[in-house]
Amino acid sequence: MIHSLFLVNSSGDIFLEKHWKSVVSRSVCDYFFEAQERASEPENVPPVIPTPHHYLISVLRHRIYFVAVIQSEVPPLFVIEFLHRVVDTFQDYFGVCTEAAIKDNVVVVYELLEEMLDNGFPLATESNILKELIKPPTILRTVVNTITGSTNVGEQLPTGQLSVVPWRRTGVKYTNNEAYFDVVEEIDAIIDKSGSTITAEIQGVIDACVKLTGMPDLTLSFMNPRLLDDVSFHPCVRFKRWEAERILSFIPPDGNFRLLSYHVSSQNLVAIPVYVKHNITFREGSSQGRFELTLGPKQTMGKGVEAVLVNSQLPRGVLNTNLNPSQGTYTFDPVTKLLTWDVGKINPQKLPSLKGSMSLQAGASKPDENPTINIQFKIQQSALSGLKVNRLDMYGEKYKPFKGIKYMTKAGKFQVRT
Amino acid sequence: MTDSKYFTTTKKGEIFELKAELNSDKKEKKKEAVKKVIASMTVGKDVSALFPDVVNCMQTDNLELKKLVYLYLMNYAKSQPDMAIMAVNTFVKDCEDPNPLIRALAVRTMGCIRVDKITEYLCEPLRKCLKDEDPYVRKTAAVCVAKLHDINAQLVEDQGFLDTLKDLISDSNPMVVANAVAALSEIAESHPNSNLLDLNPQSINKLLTALNECTEWGQIFILDCLANYAPRDDRESQSICERVTPRLSHANSAVVLSAVKVLMKFMEMLPKDLDYYGTLLKKLAPPLVTLLSAEPELQYVALRNINLIVQKRPEILKHEMKVFFVKYNDPIYVKLEKLDIMIRLASQANIAQVLAELKEYATEVDVDFVRKAVRAIGRCAIKVEQSAERCVSTLLDLIQTKVNYVVQEAIVVIKDIFRKYPNKYESVIATLCENLDSLDEPEARAAMIWIVGEYAERIDNADELLESFLEGFHDESTQVQLQLLTAIVKLFLKKPTETQELVQQVLSLATQDSDNPDLRDRGYIYWRLLSTDPVAAKEVVLAEKPLISEETDLIEPTLLEELICHIGTLASVYHKPPSAFVEGSRGVMHKRLPARTGSGESTESPDVGTIAGGSGTETAPSIIPSQGDLLGDLLNLDLAPPTTTGPPPPTSGMQMGGMDLLGGGLDSLMGDESEPLGGDIGGSAAMGAGFGAVPAVMPASLNAPMGGGLGDLFDLGGGVGMPLGAYIPPKTVWLPAMKAKGLEISGTFARRAGVIQMELTLTNKAMSVMTDFAIQFNRNSFGLAPAGPLQVLSPLSPNQTIEVSLPLSTVGPVMKMEPLNNLQVAVKNNIDVFYFSCQYPISMLFVEDGKMERQVFLATWKDIPNENESQFQIKDCHLNSDAASNKLQASNIFTIAKRTVEGQDMLYMSIKLSNGIWVLAELRVQTGNPNYTISVKCRAPEVSQCVFQCCEAVLKN
Repeated sequence: MIHSLFLVNSSGDIFLEKHWKSVVSRSVCDYFFEAQERASEPENVPPVIPTPHHYLISVLRHRIYFVAVIQSEVPPLFVIEFLHRVVDTFQDYFGVCTEAAIKDNVVVVYELLEEMLDNGFPLATESNILKELIKPPTILRTVVNTITGSTNVGEQLPTGQLSVVPWRRTGVKYTNNEAYFDVVEEIDAIIDKSGSTITAEIQGVIDACVKLTGMPDLTLSFMNPRLLDDVSFHPCVRFKRWEAERILSFIPPDGNFRLLSYHVSSQNLVAIPVYVKHNITFREGSSQGRFELTLGPKQTMGKGVEAVLVNSQLPRGVLNTNLNPSQGTYTFDPVTKLLTWDVGKINPQKLPSLKGSMSLQAGASKPDENPTINIQFKIQQSALSGLKVNRLDMYGEKYKPFKGIKYMTKAGKFQVRT
Repeated sequence: MTDSKYFTTTKKGEIFELKAELNSDKKEKKKEAVKKVIASMTVGKDVSALFPDVVNCMQTDNLELKKLVYLYLMNYAKSQPDMAIMAVNTFVKDCEDPNPLIRALAVRTMGCIRVDKITEYLCEPLRKCLKDEDPYVRKTAAVCVAKLHDINAQLVEDQGFLDTLKDLISDSNPMVVANAVAALSEIAESHPNSNLLDLNPQSINKLLTALNECTEWGQIFILDCLANYAPRDDRESQSICERVTPRLSHANSAVVLSAVKVLMKFMEMLPKDLDYYGTLLKKLAPPLVTLLSAEPELQYVALRNINLIVQKRPEILKHEMKVFFVKYNDPIYVKLEKLDIMIRLASQANIAQVLAELKEYATEVDVDFVRKAVRAIGRCAIKVEQSAERCVSTLLDLIQTKVNYVVQEAIVVIKDIFRKYPNKYESVIATLCENLDSLDEPEARAAMIWIVGEYAERIDNADELLESFLEGFHDESTQVQLQLLTAIVKLFLKKPTETQELVQQVLSLATQDSDNPDLRDRGYIYWRLLSTDPVAAKEVVLAEKPLISEETDLIEPTLLEELICHIGTLASVYHKPPSAFVEGSRGVMHKRLPARTGSGESTESPDVGTIAGGSGTETAPSIIPSQGDLLGDLLNLDLAPPTTTGPPPPTSGMQMGGMDLLGGGLDSLMGDESEPLGGDIGGSAAMGAGFGAVPAVMPASLNAPMGGGLGDLFDLGGGVGMPLGAYIPPKTVWLPAMKAKGLEISGTFARRAGVIQMELTLTNKAMSVMTDFAIQFNRNSFGLAPAGPLQVLSPLSPNQTIEVSLPLSTVGPVMKMEPLNNLQVAVKNNIDVFYFSCQYPISMLFVEDGKMERQVFLATWKDIPNENESQFQIKDCHLNSDAASNKLQASNIFTIAKRTVEGQDMLYMSIKLSNGIWVLAELRVQTGNPNYTISVKCRAPEVSQCVFQCCEAVLKN
């Protein structure tokens, strides 16, 4: 199982180590540093690195490498999933997951890591349970603790850990009972030069924030459940009921959690909400290149496209750009050659455009590669796939909760080739 | 206020101050001090000097302080074992605490203190905790057994914790079950042959029930454990699949992949015409696709596994090509994997899309990725015939970009396309030649030279082109030099008139001025060929080449099967069997997919499954699976009988044979880089073996003269040796006639007068006469090798049977086999070479001087560590101890002493193996009880199992 964990910051220092079995010397990380040196970009460090006696499995999150050391055959996904859970827990506890935050809370971090794994076997990874065991640091509590000498370690046996609903603690009480659900869809797409869609798919999630007293039993039904043919559920969802009736029935965890994630594949027709007209040309022998970009809404179901951000990695030969945006602001970094255009809202009457020239190195040959354009955007109050919640009911408790459902579409990896 | 304050130090000396604070009376101050200590510890500072002071803080009611001290203890107990004992009492007390949280915490921490002295005190509290009323404690205790096993395996076994752990699999609480499974799996890893996880339908049912209710991590452990089970029939297999499928919708990708493993494995047993089979196939695709929308690291592992899955069952993802399209900001390791899978999924239906994508990738920035994309276009052309033309034109477009590395890569793949589709696309050669000057990589240069040589007759200035390369011959890499040599010889054979000078030049460069033996060898071969028989040279050098196919980059099927059983593990990421890289190679079991009948209509009961389960004692003779490396080993053996020495005069018939061989051999040289040319140039029979060609083409007359007489003597010797009465197992069929073109071989092993004999019965069940028998062994555990040739004097006519006895020596090359007494044999006759494997009773290796002195015996017995002792039961044996002793003595198992204690006879015996290993044994015989107990002790514990089998066989016959 998982032997040890090293946290490495972006300058290559190990700033925390934790061993769940015998101590593994930190020199094992040298193999990781070697791989890091070979990789051109920080993200390109391979996730699994073999060393003579161990295997290093790493993830990069918030510019910190979480490097797990294993010695025997352990499923790598198991390790990666666990590391993700560690990151999530830190974020949950400290608000941010940075080197500073971790160092500031090093004792809590240690207590957490100790609770999360026992001899390399996961012990408590649900944030509900962890919070019962180790109270997250808050300013108030720190002050109280210093005055009264009480601790941030729970005295109670984490009850949830043994019940049939391990994800929920007992005795939850709220004065305002509320349940909010966010349907968030991200569209990943590749659009080719001519504007036709090469691949488009939707990654959707339903995130929930449930603050309900007692042991509520919820059911959530959809207008069009057949859209959901590829889903991953939170363990609380009763799978049999879904299989039989296409209804989500569950006892929710307390607080924030991801109820389900789903995938609408490229085989279904996916509407593309924006289009891009572009004309980026370099002429042989000239030190100037033309750059024209126009954005427009396509299939947005009547909703506005906002928070539009365009960026593109221009060829290395481009020295500088002289562009004129019809709206928003643009920047070009001559060192990294990254062009960023913060567009804002798209007004269908007056389409935003960015036009002008690029200056190239004099005498250099025409760049070989064409830049790819990345677009980010948001569409509020609509889920691109058309998924709609029909109703939400609660059983098992007497009170009437406040319910809310929000929809949103975002661009995921939305790329336009030129 | 944050914890960073714990890092601040004062001038006075940190340790000193901490010590004072730790001994403070104020609780609060103590806690702060412990926190400071922990903080120093986390950044790697040595605070072990504070050990006694910290341990003093342990006896407290404050849970947090307790936990902090525990943290400290775990880290430093190893370096201060004597001090750590001080903590024991508190632990033992805490294990009795009314609060289950404290009990669990105490037992958990105690297990983490890796000090031998402490582990002794741990046993009693652990035993209690394993039976604790609170499942939280039980589940913590289950893991603790694994910890303890890691520290002291013997202790765990002696204390019977393993059995308690096995009982926990039937616990009422799913988390306890999951942890018990996890602990057992980890322990089993260090005992590959123990039946710790003995799965039967009842326990499987328990596991499946727990699967639904335990945590995500527990689900992974249970699924991985389930994957080792061999269902009895397709019905059971289906019902397990049905209960596992819901796991495919789990949010944790590791759960999903483990579920995929179980399904991929058990699916193998389902009849293909079953409706459920189709449903299951459909259900597998969406979760795999979903894995690709996860974080890049998860994607990488998923892609490596999908690579295996699409090779095994391409139908699952055949419609999902698009999800493997590369996004330009994917990390490079994801890009390269996606590309690989795109090629595997390429088919006529989607090739247009794939090509368009690949062309797009070829204009990206990352050089490695671009190269692989160009190479992928070539692989598509070879895989999907209909697309070849389109691929070639795409490649030409890319060559027009003049981007140096793209051009070079394109030329390398076009060479392969020429090999696959000869005489189809040669029109592009002119374009290729234009780029000759820009090629600076050896592989591209070699490819271009190959093309020029191969199509010399169509390229007007081929001689000039090749000559231009020749100028810097010595600066070229070997690959290019070899290729250039061959290309010029080809050119000469095609246009002999104008290129005589060129070929002489290259031959002298290769043979006289080069230090490279490969190059010299090849140069000499060509030279001699050209000078003795130009016609033959033409047939050799310009021989038709076998087509290359897309299969070349597929994983070899047996390996693929094994890897499918290991989906989700490191093995699947590296595409290597676990035995190849797991630390210490603790004899990892080879897993195989369950059996399926050839037609796929129905399934038999999966007896292969029991092999996977690990009995490892199959005695039935089996044909060696055609595993590449193994076959290679045997093929490399010189099968020509040792009596033929010196090359025979080259007759015309012989030359024809030699030519075929050369053709094949040279082709492999051209396709690959530089495979050394084995064998000498004389064209002797040995060349056949060296070239890796099937020796069946060897002229029959060669092997006719064989030493006779000697065999007769050995036969006689065998007869004389009989009276000793050593046990000889009955003959069994080793090689059925069906698998050997009519030759049936059965046999056994015997030890007669100190000589090991392999007694063979050869039966010709074919219609034609068999001649020219020869035999060879693969390397084996005890270095068994034939001491002489196989004496089959007269040709074996149809339906004739002949008995042969082959004396064996034990001085051959040694390689550990699995099982230990396995022997892989190759038998050759005039028809073909046949391979089979058999197992010899290890008693053949017991030498006559195996009687040990009593004193030595006693000392040796004590000297061998206890973990090397294995105990076995021999059932239903109705001999008294003296009869048994005599019987064993006949097989060189010597009784040293006999002792009788309470009606039980103890025989102490010694055995010496031919390689000098001593085996000591104690046989317990109770009058009236037909079941004997035998304990075997040996410095090489691997042989114990074999020795036991032998004793059993000897006693029962």
